[in-house]
Amino acid sequence: MTENNNILSSGKSASPLGQLDSTVLSILQSISDPEIPVLSIMDMGVVRSAVVENGMIKVQITPTYSGCPAMDVIGDDIKSALKKAGYTADVELVLSPAWTSDMINEEGRKALEKYGIAPPLDVISDKKALLGNEKIVKCTNCGSTNTKLVSQFGSTACKAQFQCNDCLEPFEYFKCLK
Amino acid sequence: MKENQYKYILLVADNSLILAQRLGELCGHGPNLETDIALTNISLDLFGQVRSYYQYAAKLMGNNATEDSIAFLRKEHEYRNVLLVEQPNTDFAYTIVRQFLFDMYHLLFLQELQKSKDLTLSAIAAKSVKEVSYHRRFSSDWIKRLGDGTEESNRRVQNAVDDLWVYTDELFHQTEDDIAMVKEGIGVDVTKLKNTYYEQVKSILEEAAIAIPETAYFQKGGKHGIHTEHLGYLLNDMQFMQRTYPNMEW
Repeated sequence: MTENNNILSSGKSASPLGQLDSTVLSILQSISDPEIPVLSIMDMGVVRSAVVENGMIKVQITPTYSGCPAMDVIGDDIKSALKKAGYTADVELVLSPAWTSDMINEEGRKALEKYGIAPPLDVISDKKALLGNEKIVKCTNCGSTNTKLVSQFGSTACKAQFQCNDCLEPFEYFKCLK
Repeated sequence: MKENQYKYILLVADNSLILAQRLGELCGHGPNLETDIALTNISLDLFGQVRSYYQYAAKLMGNNATEDSIAFLRKEHEYRNVLLVEQPNTDFAYTIVRQFLFDMYHLLFLQELQKSKDLTLSAIAAKSVKEVSYHRRFSSDWIKRLGDGTEESNRRVQNAVDDLWVYTDELFHQTEDDIAMVKEGIGVDVTKLKNTYYEQVKSILEEAAIAIPETAYFQKGGKHGIHTEHLGYLLNDMQFMQRTYPNMEW
């Protein structure tokens, strides 16, 4: 429990990413979630806004789950990457509006699947997959939907564990959070 | 005013802190790998929520208070959690029943806290409600699986329900801070959640072939800082590092 980066704000989210120059955006794009290294924090929807204020870049990030231990690391990574490029940055954690898995964009979903994590389904299918044991989550190895839920909770708060009945590969599923 | 609000936040957040610590004790000791991971995931969610609450409380408090000082440096009678969450992990049935009885309340509570006039509290609630609906799914699934499972699993869940039931009424007990914050439009009127809570809990227990205890006797005290003997041991464990090496940082 360090206090780093965790200034709490009820989130009057400032103007979004538009007014930043492309260098800053590409730096932010190059930072990834330490637990899912293939996924950029931009594609994951964790960066809520980034604005320049008095020569300082103010970045707002939002956690996927409240207890996500990656947030401190992401905050530090943003600061050090921007510092390397000659910018001073301040990172603020905002909670509202709460992150949903819809904030993962198309690139992010593709990156997840390629990495072996099935991307989140829509909220109704998600419920069926996690509760009704319906076979809808696609195996990231062979593409079969003949898969089974092993556990609603996985190696991190955002994932559930699945196994493919056809190729037997175990894989993770990024839970729908809405 | 701020004093009330500060105490109210503790009333809300301490439940999650103490339950998270209890669940954390099971890390590496769960009955199987999946359950071990699930319980510690739930613990992590709760700790995350607690950090948000305590950071806010520290800001209100001033005086160099931090999330850490609030979590680690209070004395036993200064914790405001309900007695239910400090009860020990006697066996897996107790762990799950305690979780179930709390999750059912927690979700109803957060749904209302989202409407708080305090925008920080409503933001924390809106974030947490999504996580807690997963917790409730997990614990009620296990109640049904164990209750309607073997003779042995049914007996154990019934035991745990019979023992822990006396702590449920306290969830709906109001302290002065509660009442003050409800008046301000900041707090949740927990008395209004009671009927729904018991209806929902009873319906799941019935489905799980578990008899509803018939008791008119309930224990309370936690919200006023009067705890069962279990809390002291838990805090002793949790506060050890800060007490032994004051101001140490991770």
